[in-house]
Amino acid sequence: MLIAPLLLFVVVTFIVPILSMLFRSVENDIVPDTIPGVVTELAEWDGSAGLPPSEQVFRYLYLDLFKASEAKQHTRLGTRLNYEKTGLSSLLRTTGRSLDDVGEEWQDPLEDIDANFKDGAFWYQMMSGTDGEDLLEERRDLWAAMVGESMAGDVGFVPSEQVAQMLPWTTRAYTDFAIWTAIEDEDSVAEEDPWEAVYGALGMDLTNPETVTAIQSYTGPGADALKAAAANVGQLPQTGFREAFAAENEDWLSPDVWATIKLYSSSMTSGYFLNAVDMQLTPDGIEQKPENQQIYTQLFMRTLVMALIITASCVVLGYPVAWLLANLPMRTASILMILVLLPFWTSLLVRTSAWKVLLQQQGVINEILVWLGFVNDADRLILMNNATGTIIAMTHILLPFMILPLYSVMKTIQPSYLRAAKSLGATNWTAFWRVYFPQSVPGIGAGSILVFILAIGYYITPEIVGGTSGVFISNRIAYHISSSLNWGLAAALGSILLVVVLGLYWCYDKIVGIDNVKLGG
Amino acid sequence: MTDGASNDAFVEFERVQKSYDGETLVVKDLNLSMPKGEFLTMLGPSGSGKTTCLMMLAGFETATHGDIRLGGISINNIPPHKRGIGMVFQNYALFPHMTIAENLAFPLEVRKLGKAEREEKVKRALDMVEMGDFGGRRPAQLSGGQQQRVALARALVFEPELVLMDEPLGALDKQLREKMQFEITYLAHQLGITTVYVTHDQTEALTMSDRVAVFDDGRIQQLAPPDKLYETPENSFVAQFIGENNTLEGVVKEIKGNTCVIELDGGEVIDAVPVNVSKVGERTRVSIRPERVEYNRDRLHEDAHTLKAEVLEFIYMGDIFRTRLRVAGNDEFVIKTRNAPDQVRLKRGQQIEIGWLAEDCRALDA
Repeated sequence: MLIAPLLLFVVVTFIVPILSMLFRSVENDIVPDTIPGVVTELAEWDGSAGLPPSEQVFRYLYLDLFKASEAKQHTRLGTRLNYEKTGLSSLLRTTGRSLDDVGEEWQDPLEDIDANFKDGAFWYQMMSGTDGEDLLEERRDLWAAMVGESMAGDVGFVPSEQVAQMLPWTTRAYTDFAIWTAIEDEDSVAEEDPWEAVYGALGMDLTNPETVTAIQSYTGPGADALKAAAANVGQLPQTGFREAFAAENEDWLSPDVWATIKLYSSSMTSGYFLNAVDMQLTPDGIEQKPENQQIYTQLFMRTLVMALIITASCVVLGYPVAWLLANLPMRTASILMILVLLPFWTSLLVRTSAWKVLLQQQGVINEILVWLGFVNDADRLILMNNATGTIIAMTHILLPFMILPLYSVMKTIQPSYLRAAKSLGATNWTAFWRVYFPQSVPGIGAGSILVFILAIGYYITPEIVGGTSGVFISNRIAYHISSSLNWGLAAALGSILLVVVLGLYWCYDKIVGIDNVKLGG
Repeated sequence: MTDGASNDAFVEFERVQKSYDGETLVVKDLNLSMPKGEFLTMLGPSGSGKTTCLMMLAGFETATHGDIRLGGISINNIPPHKRGIGMVFQNYALFPHMTIAENLAFPLEVRKLGKAEREEKVKRALDMVEMGDFGGRRPAQLSGGQQQRVALARALVFEPELVLMDEPLGALDKQLREKMQFEITYLAHQLGITTVYVTHDQTEALTMSDRVAVFDDGRIQQLAPPDKLYETPENSFVAQFIGENNTLEGVVKEIKGNTCVIELDGGEVIDAVPVNVSKVGERTRVSIRPERVEYNRDRLHEDAHTLKAEVLEFIYMGDIFRTRLRVAGNDEFVIKTRNAPDQVRLKRGQQIEIGWLAEDCRALDA
């Protein structure tokens, strides 16, 4: 019972974020949530024929994108798709700006045919009716998914089931407009002029002969205007929306663009993970990225190798210090212990910056070496902004994590073991190597695990002294979290790092045995 | 006590001093000589310097002053691993990461013995301590008594001539301790090994040793075989430390040859053997062993000296009766009498007369 608050704290602050991160690395809601109609319709499109999709797909694209640009969500979609194919971001951004113009190609002739189409109240009257609650809720859910809010509230509008049967595109577009106007803009639907998209949607409906026939026998509100429009279809643009999009940007006819959209249209994707290991998903399957774009596998390897080097240096430097701590008289040992702990009480940033002062080419170390004549003034050592700098600074910073577990294990090795070994005839070295060292191995294990795991995820120090050749995978993760905002990729890289660490831990358990790790007595 | 420089001496301490801080001496002027094959126990309270002596002999501490010789050769400058001395530690110090057999093979390995010879010797040593079946186990899987045997076998496996034991039975229960005391003595005599044994348990010292060195305050207070030590203590520390003892304080009235007259603080006058009293008027402590005192008139020796006493406590202990008396103003005077068929049983508050022979009564330093 007493641990319940802690347990809760750990779950909330540790397990939940990890799970959420793992989930984010495969999550791909943006595409299906932003352009749900396109995603459904694209399922039937076969990209291998090398042709752009049908008019139907472009109609959905127009309505979905219009909504998205009203809600300013289309740029988010662009950013997401741009991770997979460069250029899509700008394509969506420029197209988003011209969606109104496309709608006006239908709006202007329609208003010429019947002036009533200019009037918001007229539209409201025509579209309102009964039995349309289900449709309203369906459109409301789509909105909610796109903007990530509940969109709850009174819309003040119920679509007419009869009109919906006759004018499906128009009803959907008008309902979307009504929900947005009432909930987000908090205006009265009847007083607002509908979006250009609604005119475009009416244009779509009017190309359907069945709709035209149905209008002939329609007697509800706005019947005259609809009949006039149906009778003068010839005045509306004869081209479809595919041509309209193509006119804005040729790329919309490119099968590659559509293949990318289709590949990333499911709500789960392996794309981030493939990216994280320098692969990519193409319509032909999974393949290696071009040579010059491969960075992550190399970065992972470098991180692993450097973490191992740092761990090894910590063992070599930390072992003698821990031995002294455990074997010196109490008073001297406590002074030494303070020296070991002192770095802990200093800010990490300060310590790393201090290394910057020491390591730079005009820095303390180089100056001393030049002064002593070990190094020529012309070719001073490059100790910083490369892997050397990272290794030196991180070994220093992580050293206490090696010394402390080693010390606490060594403290439990009684001096009588060494004495016994010597009395049995062992020299100092044999006594140490055969008797003392094997008993201190659990401390080396504990310290190494600690240092290695800390090193593999280190971020600040490589960032400051690592330059380009000394950075770790975590710096890349940080970059994707805070600069490129590609959280999915950052999450995938993080997940891989987590799996690698767990895998190494498992290997360690198999080879050394985790029972052989001791942090103390 | 024989002269320290006798010719057959195997282990010798000559005027050895030890100080850890350069100010106080932990061992003061130690002289000791042991012949080959002897079982010698260093007995004393904690801090008396006995363990320090052992560590100096083993080579883990260096003598501040003086000379330690082994087989006639000074070993002051020989490192521990070249001394060839077997040692059993208080906590056994069996290497936890090695099996029992590996532990035993260790001293043979560092001596570069061949594998076959090693195995042969390890097996023999394990059989010797009846642990032949345990070679493959780890120390942590053995009981305290078993670990003790293994530690002993390891100290003996490389056939040292001298074995040191630092309170090796301290962690065992009473029954096991008694069994091991017997086994260690038996093995030591069987193999003819010279043994230096350190303990603070006087029963252990008395039952096991050929000679016992009683340490106190950095000096050997008395070095003698167990019976001599018990029956003829040379000073009041030894008398108090070894076995149970009654002391009566008083002043020397007269000394004549082998007897002296003491006037106790309560006014009574008794005879005693003068051990380390030298002149009349000196204060002294008179020591009498509890079992040498008799209250049964029929058993009293005709020469016995008698004193009045009041019974304060009478404890029936089976084989003996233990009686606490008030004698000459001392409330802690204890006597032990054998439970014989004709023995009188006393009651609390009873006034009796007790007696002893003057030769059992030793006048020691105050």
